[in-house]
This record gives sequence, structure tokens and C-alpha cells, in this order.
Amino acid sequence: MKPFTYERAATPADAAASAARTPGARFIGGGTNLLDLMKLQIETPPHLIDVGHLKLDRIEDTPEGGLRIGAHVTNTALASDARVRRDYGVVSRAIVAGASGQLRNKATTAGNLLQRTRCPYFYDTNQPCNKRKPGSGCGAIGGYSRQLAVIGTSDACIATYPGDMAVAMRVLDATVETVSPGGAKRAIPIADFHRLPGSTPHIETTLVPGEVITAVTLPKPIGGTQMYLKVRDRASYAFALVSVAAVIQRDGSGRVAVGGIAHKPWRVEAAEADMPRGAKAVAARLLAGAKPTQDNAFKIPLVERTLAAALAEAKAA
Amino acid sequence: MKFDTPATTNPIDRLRVVGKPTDRIDGKYKTTGTAPYAYERHDVVANQAYGHIVGAAIAKGRIERIDLAEAQAAPGVIAIVTAADAGPLGKAQTNTAKLLAGPDVQHYHQAVAIVVAETFEQARAAGALVRVEYARAKGAYDLAGAKSGAATPDKSEHPDSAVADFAGAFAAAPVSIDATYTTPDQSHAMMEPHASIASWQGDKLTLWTSHQMIAWSKRDLAKTMGIPAANVRVDSPYIGGGFGGKLFLRADAVMAALAARKAGRPVKVALARPMIANNTTHRPATIQRIRIGARRDGTITAIGHESWSGNLADGSPEMAVQQTRLLYAGANRMTRTRLALLDLPEGNAMRAPGEAPGLMALEIAMDEMAEKLGMDPVSFRVLNDTQVDPEKPERPFSQRQLVKCLQDGAAKFGWDKRAAKPGTVRDGRWLVGMGVASAFRNNMLMKSAARVRLNDKGVVTVETDMTDIGTGTYTIIAQTAAEMMGVPLDKVVVKLGDSDFPASAGSGGQWGANNSTSGVYAACAKLREAVTAKLGLATDAVFEDSRVKAGGRSAKLTDAARDGELVAEDLIEYGDLDKKMQQSTFGGHFVEAAVDSYTGEVRIRRMLAVCAAGRILNPKSARSQVIGAMTMGAGAALMEELAVDKRFGFFVNHDLAGYEVPVHADIPHQEVVFLDEVDPQSSPMKAKGVGELGICGVGAAIANAIYNACGVRVRDYPITLDKMIDRLPQVA
Ligand SMILES: Cc1cc2nc3c(=O)[nH]c(=O)nc-3n(C[C@H](O)[C@H](O)[C@H](O)COP(=O)(O)OP(=O)(O)OC[C@H]3O[C@@H](n4cnc5c(N)ncnc54)[C@H](O)[C@@H]3O)c2cc1C
Ligand code: SF4
Repeated sequence: MKPFTYERAATPADAAASAARTPGARFIGGGTNLLDLMKLQIETPPHLIDVGHLKLDRIEDTPEGGLRIGAHVTNTALASDARVRRDYGVVSRAIVAGASGQLRNKATTAGNLLQRTRCPYFYDTNQPCNKRKPGSGCGAIGGYSRQLAVIGTSDACIATYPGDMAVAMRVLDATVETVSPGGAKRAIPIADFHRLPGSTPHIETTLVPGEVITAVTLPKPIGGTQMYLKVRDRASYAFALVSVAAVIQRDGSGRVAVGGIAHKPWRVEAAEADMPRGAKAVAARLLAGAKPTQDNAFKIPLVERTLAAALAEAKAA
Repeated sequence: MKFDTPATTNPIDRLRVVGKPTDRIDGKYKTTGTAPYAYERHDVVANQAYGHIVGAAIAKGRIERIDLAEAQAAPGVIAIVTAADAGPLGKAQTNTAKLLAGPDVQHYHQAVAIVVAETFEQARAAGALVRVEYARAKGAYDLAGAKSGAATPDKSEHPDSAVADFAGAFAAAPVSIDATYTTPDQSHAMMEPHASIASWQGDKLTLWTSHQMIAWSKRDLAKTMGIPAANVRVDSPYIGGGFGGKLFLRADAVMAALAARKAGRPVKVALARPMIANNTTHRPATIQRIRIGARRDGTITAIGHESWSGNLADGSPEMAVQQTRLLYAGANRMTRTRLALLDLPEGNAMRAPGEAPGLMALEIAMDEMAEKLGMDPVSFRVLNDTQVDPEKPERPFSQRQLVKCLQDGAAKFGWDKRAAKPGTVRDGRWLVGMGVASAFRNNMLMKSAARVRLNDKGVVTVETDMTDIGTGTYTIIAQTAAEMMGVPLDKVVVKLGDSDFPASAGSGGQWGANNSTSGVYAACAKLREAVTAKLGLATDAVFEDSRVKAGGRSAKLTDAARDGELVAEDLIEYGDLDKKMQQSTFGGHFVEAAVDSYTGEVRIRRMLAVCAAGRILNPKSARSQVIGAMTMGAGAALMEELAVDKRFGFFVNHDLAGYEVPVHADIPHQEVVFLDEVDPQSSPMKAKGVGELGICGVGAAIANAIYNACGVRVRDYPITLDKMIDRLPQVA
């Protein structure tokens, strides 16, 4: 870890302004991802701005009938909130499928959205990695890529976005609210929030430098059977090989987003029209153009089969 | 004490303390955080500085240049040591690669430098400023690719074995299989990383460390540093797991010693978790070919097992064929071990080396064979039991209750409910099956010494350099001394892990419990002689209730020490009993597993192990050993694999996020049964080992349960869903 300076911001606008003043500064939420990366010198921010004291730790009803989740609401608080469990079960289930109780107590909503990839080459500073060190090459391509992406990849990077919560938020069409260094507020649809790697895998979201997340809003509840199926090698405490967030209505229509297969939560709205026809049809459209490696080609049938499990579960519900 | 005739009745047989499920005496320290591990021994020496090891960034090649300027100028830095200024270093026989690289690099993350600073953070930050230029060399990193060039290893004792005409009998067998299995490289992944504090007093070196074998550590540290062994003291009272990863001297110890010498003050070092997989040893991957031929009635007529593994030059092979020489009958036999040259980190012992990966393969082959024969897998194994060494029929087993382990286990587990046809039992979306495997591990005899003291308070103190690696050694040694001296457990003090104490067998190869308690038995026998002499009692006196009784007379034990402490030291040494009879431990593993019919995820539902392993000195700690080993076996079956980057030559998933081991949710229910057994051939304790037996065969029992559940046979471990998904039944 490199020495760094630390400040506690008083308002989101102050936090954003401060970040704009210090190139390379980072916000710190629970620190469960950022501090690990700093210890390994994968991230080396000279300055940390603590966003834990901005009074962004409330979950409120919105006038539109949805929910506004403060950026600093912990994963535990969010997953156990009665309204979330009742109306947005997929979010609650996705969160508790991730990490561990201790980590969820510390992890925040904004930090969770922004957690970085678990590509093992990203984690080893001896290895080439375009995401960690732009232009150094990609160690994973041609290497060990079992966990990595099968779709939306580029010649520069095949990493996945590893998180669970964001996959559920994607299926619910959440919106990310921010404040920019100039003080301007914006609301970014979650579909546009995470980016594909392209030739700039180190740029992972559409946030501009210094932009601070203040909340995530969920639209009015959409009902249905809400599921989060997370497939992994061990029963708990592991990142998804593939995860499926699904909301299935009684008439067989529904929505699906997939985790563990791309640089962002993967959803193809057009594919959902095929939901009543079953998992095979949906998966075929969802995964059109996929380019798996030899190590991770299994994710293609796995997505279909996991979606089939979700549809069967919904039918039985 | 020379143990060269079978044990007769002795004080241990009273079983007043030995054999009881006593809580661990160190348990309260461990659970309250007051058992200091090596890195936490802040009080043993003042002024400790922090060392951080920099590992090689390449797998093979040369260090062209190291630029230390930036690191040296970094805040808090006290000293930096590299091969350039470490002075001449020896290499212990037990180390394959050097523990400090330079100019050659032999494997990834081999230590190239240690940076010493005032704080841990400063040392680590400065470590990142050590600039090393390498010249990469081409290396061999792929076992399958190197297999054809594999040679007969020199180091192993019996690379080949042959009885009668294997090839002919196999060709003639009406029922046979010929299958190839693979096991991956595995990491010990113990909780406590390798850690040491080194301190020099003149030319004398003290090392507070975490090590399974104190005498080896002392010998090898002296050899590496080029100093007399008499000048080295090693101390390791608490060890947070080893599994074979702490059998041999490692870089933490040597680099701490070098750093402390250069810094002129004590230095502490722990290997950072991401370095452990590549810097230290691992269980090497194997490719195993098994051929079994049988008559239609199930009698095995030919059994052959070949194994290939890789290692650095002068490294040893994984002896995966070991158990196949002894486990089943069969008139025509062969085994063959071959070793390929690889430039991956050093392969070496990990919990039950040989048998653990060997049985993972052999016991699947037995399942496949039973199916071909249309036999129940338990019956097939029972039919092919042998009570003698199949290669030397004049050598019986000292004790062999494999059949009872399997039959009792089958009855207890409800094996009769297993559907013989795979893929036929459903529970919702899960396909459910049962699997069985034999467990087998040899019993090894090693000499072991101890010193015992009796004071005028009636306290018996045991001193031996034996280690407790989390296994319960403190407790079983206390039980042994209490039994021998006829005192309650709370009158026994056990001191372990200090090289100033008599040299013990150490902890490894499941030999620790039997041999170290036998050493304590020998020392106590000597102390008993001193006591009876002092009290003027006959030597056949009975020691109980803190009294000594003989010939109608009785005296307080404390009376013997009223003029001063009595001290006795002895060691147990063995004759050739283990040559005349084969000493092994046996078990039967039973597993019920479920496979998600959609995703192929495997979840174990129940596990049972029935073990026959001599006298069980403490059923509670023995059970903990076996359930721990079963858990590790579940890891081996389902998830553990060091992934090799075959281009750059390193284990990629080198932390505990990437290298998955089982979590609680993976292990819902375990049961362990120990059969009543005493083995008078093994030692005066009549005990053997269980700590490794528990892992032997588990993986195959799980593999067989998976097959029985879903009908997919996977021969390459770990059995992850990607290896099954395209063979699972269609889903809607
Ligand atoms: C062992 C382990 C296992 C895990 N397993 C899982 C898992 O199975 N599934 C899963 O989904 N996750 C898992 N995680 C990841 C975990 O969910 C994240 O670490 C956590 O959610 C991050 O939240 P945080 O508040 O601690 O973020 P931090 O570490 O504090 O921050 C993460 C990033 O977000 C930025 N940031 C924080 N707050 C703001 C803000 N308000 N505005 C703008 N930027 C901000 C930071 O600058 C940083 O770049 C695991 C983590 C660990 C360590
Ligand atoms: S896949 Fe992306 S994160 Fe992984 S090594 Fe390549 S560039 Fe880096």
C-alpha cells in the first residue's frame, strides 16, 4: 500500500469537488474492495475521500412508488429491508448470495456497484493486464480464463463484472443518481452505467472523474416471481460462474439479466419476448455473438440451463 | 526403549485417561486468542523489525539486474538482502529449489529479496520498489505435454513393482477396464501462513516459527546458513495447520535469518497469502492409468497402476501407486512411477502424499469395475480383500479390518437403499446418489524422544520437540503421561516445539500421535523406575491416584520428589516388526451427493467414515482429524485445483478467493466411527495414525456418488460442473 491522505467529505458536492481537485483520488465506502486493491498496489490513490458521512444511508419511498436507496446503505441493511424483501425480492436474494455476512455488513450500495473484476491476472501485478496497466496486454487471453467473460469481450480484455446486486438492479431497471464535481446531478439508467471493455477496459463505467454516487432508485414494483440463481463451484462465498436474475409473471412473460458472463450485467430486452417459448429460445438471443474461450465455453449451456431452472421454479411457485 | 517385540499388557491398557474424549488442553488458548502463533510472538525478543519477501516475477530464467535504490530510500527501510549480498548459502537435502533465487530463477515467486523496515506497511511498500530485470528462459509447465519424456525417478524407493504376469493376465481377463484419471496440483491452504521471527545473539540464531518438524527445521536452517546446528534454536509451540506445507524449511525462515543478520536486529516475516501457492510446495498433479482384470465372479486377476507426475530437477515424484501394491488381492500385479521435468514450483508432500491422489483414481476404477461386473461396489471390494501383503504373501497385515469398515459402514449408512442404476433417484430438481470407497494409509514408525520431570507437587512435566499442528498432540501426550504416572490430567504440563527439548518424530505422515506418545511412554517408564527406586518399591509397582503401590505397600508419588525433582529421558526406537508384518490403517467412506439436474452443481448431503486404525488415543481429537480430512477430501473432489498458466509457468489462482476450499455450507453432515482395535505390533501405545486416513478415498467416494446420482463419470478432478454439463439429462 502506498501512503495516502484521507478526508471525510461533508456533502456529496464537496466530495465530488475534492475528487476533482486531486487526480487519482478515490471515494471510499466500506473499503472492502478498494483497500484490498490498495494493499496489492493494483490501485494506488494518493487521496481517499470518505463518503460514509454524507447521510446517504437511508432507504426512502419515491413519489413514483419506487424506492430510493442511499449510496451508503449497507448490503445487509438493503437485503433485510422489509420493502425490499416484499417488492424487490430479486435484489435481496442477489445480495445475500454474495460475499459473507461480515463483508455485507461493511459493503455499501455504491461500492458494490463499483466493485472491480476478479480476473486473476488483474490481481497479479507481475502479469500483463490492460485494465490495471493500460497498454500492457491481457494476460487472461490465451491463459486461464475459466471465470471470465463469454460475451461483449474485446481483444483488450475479457474480464467480467463480478457482482451480484447489480444484476438484480439491471433486471429491475434501476437508476444510478450522481453528483458531478460541478455540482450537477444526473440519473444514469443502470443499462448505461457499466461499460463493455472495448479498447479501454480500465474505464468501467460512464461516471466522469470525480462524479459521486448518491443513490440508486428502483422503479415501482413489478411483481412476479423474483429469483436470483447463482451457480458456483462451492455452496457459498464464491463469485458466480453464471447467475440469473429473473422476474417471471404468471402469464409466462418476464425479464432476465445474467451475471458472470460479461463486463457488465448482461440483459437483452429483445430476447425477453421469447420468454414464453422457454429458456432455449431466450438464451439463444441473449447470447448471440458470444465468443467464449475453451476454458469458459461451458457458460453458454450453463446460462440456458440456469434460466430453465428459473422458469421451472417460477412455474412451480 | 527398543520396541522390537509386540506389546504385552502395560499401564496404558488401563485406559483411565487414554482413550477418553478429553477436550483439547490448548483449546481454551486457541479460542481466546492467547495461543500465540509465530508472527504474534511480540514478547520473545525486543525491537522486532518487519521483513517483506519479494517473489520472482518469472518462472524460469535469470536475474539480470536488481535496482534497490528506490527501495532503499523508501521510508522506514532498514536493510535489503538479495542473493548478491546474502553470502554463500547451503541447500538442505529436503529442499529441491533454492530458497533464495539469484542469479538463476527456478520457479515463480521464488524469493529474490527481502526488505526490512520499521513497520509492515513500510516493508511491503518498499518491496514494490525493488526493480528486478529478468531474462526469461523457456520452461516446461504442462504435465500432459511432458509425460512422454518422463523418466524413472531415482529418488523413490520402488518406482516399479511386478508380480507374476500382469500383461498376460490382463489380456486374458474376461472383464477388464483400462482408464486414465487425473488429479490437479493442490495447495495446502492452511490457515496460518508460513511465518518466522529470527534473532541473532552473536553467532547463535533463534528462530520462532511455525513448523511441523523441529529437528529437520533446525538441521536444515543450520545447513542453509552454513552454521553449526548447535548454534540454532527453533521454537514452534503453536502451529495453525501445515498439511505437509510446513514439513521442510521454507523461505520465511531463511529470509528472516538473513535479514536479521544484515539488519542487526530481530526480523519477523510472514509469507503473504498470494505468495504461498507458488513460493512454497504443493501436491503435484498426476496422470494415472489403471488397468484391472477380473474373472466374471469378480475375483481380480490382474491389477496395474501407473502414475506420472512432474517436478523440478532433483525433485521427487508423487507416489500415487503406493496403495495399489497392498490394498486388494490379485495374482498378477504391476505398478510404475514416472517423473517428468517441470519448471513449476516444487511439488512435495501434502496430507497423505501418494494415497490421497492414488485412491482418488484407484477407487473410481474399482467402482467402474464393479459396475462392469454387475456387482455391488461394497461386495466387490470385500471379495478382493487380502489379509497378507499381496506381493509377499508371507507377510500378514498386523491388523486389517477393511471388510468390517465397509460392511459396518454400509449397514449404518443405509447402503441398501442405493439404486444400482445411476440417475434414477430424484429429489425435486436434484439427482441423488451414493458412493463408497476404501480408505488406506500406511502406519509409519519413527523414533521419538521425550523428557519427563516429576516435582514435589506431583506435577509431571513433559518436554519434547514434538509439534501440535492443530491435531491435539498436547492433549494425547498429557493423557499418556497421566496414564503412565497415575496422576490426573491437570497434574500434567506439556511443553512442545522447542529444539532444546529431546527430538521427537514430529508431525507428518500421520505418524505423530503413535510415535510421539510412545516416546513419552518410554520416558515415563524410565521415570517410573526412578520413582520406585527412590521409594524402595518393586519395579512392577502400580501408579494410580497419585500413589505408587507394590507388595502391599503404598506411597505418595510426591514423596519420590521430596529431595528434588526427578528427571528421566528416553526415546522409542523400533526393531523390524514392521518388516515382518505390514502395518496399515483402513477405512470405508460413504457419501450421499446430489447433482442439480439443471446446472450440474454438486452438493454433498451426508458423509460417513468407518475407520480401523489401532487404539484411538482420544476419540474427540481423532474424530476432529477425520472430519477435517474428509472436508479436505471434499475439496479435492469438488473444487481444489491450482490452475497452471502453461505459457508463463505459474499457479494463477494463488489466493484463497481463487483457490477454493470447502466452506461450511459444503459440508452439511459428517459421521465418524472408529472400530475397536489395538495393534500390539505398532508400539506400546498400540495406536496407529488417523489424521491422513480420513482424506484417503473420500474424493473417489464423492466421485462415485456423483456418478450414481447422475450417470456422468468424470475421471479428471476436481469434478466441477463444466465437466458434466454437456452430459447431463436434457432440461426443458
Ligand atoms: C472475499 C470477498 C468475497 C466477495 N464475494 C462477493 C460476491 O460473491 N458477490 C458480490 O457481488 N460481491 C462480492 N464481494 C465484493 C463486495 O460485494 C464488494 O467488496 C463490496 O460490495 C464493495 O463495497 P464497499 O462499500 O466496501 O466498496 P469500496 O471498497 O469502499 O469501494 C469500491 C469502489 O467504489 C467506489 N465508491 C464507493 N462509494 C462511492 C460513491 N458513493 N460514489 C462513487 N464511487 C464510490 C470506490 O472509490 C471504489 O472504487 C466480495 C468481496 C470479498 C472481499
Ligand atoms: S481480462 Fe481484462 S482484467 Fe483480465 S488480464 Fe485481461 S485486461 Fe486484465
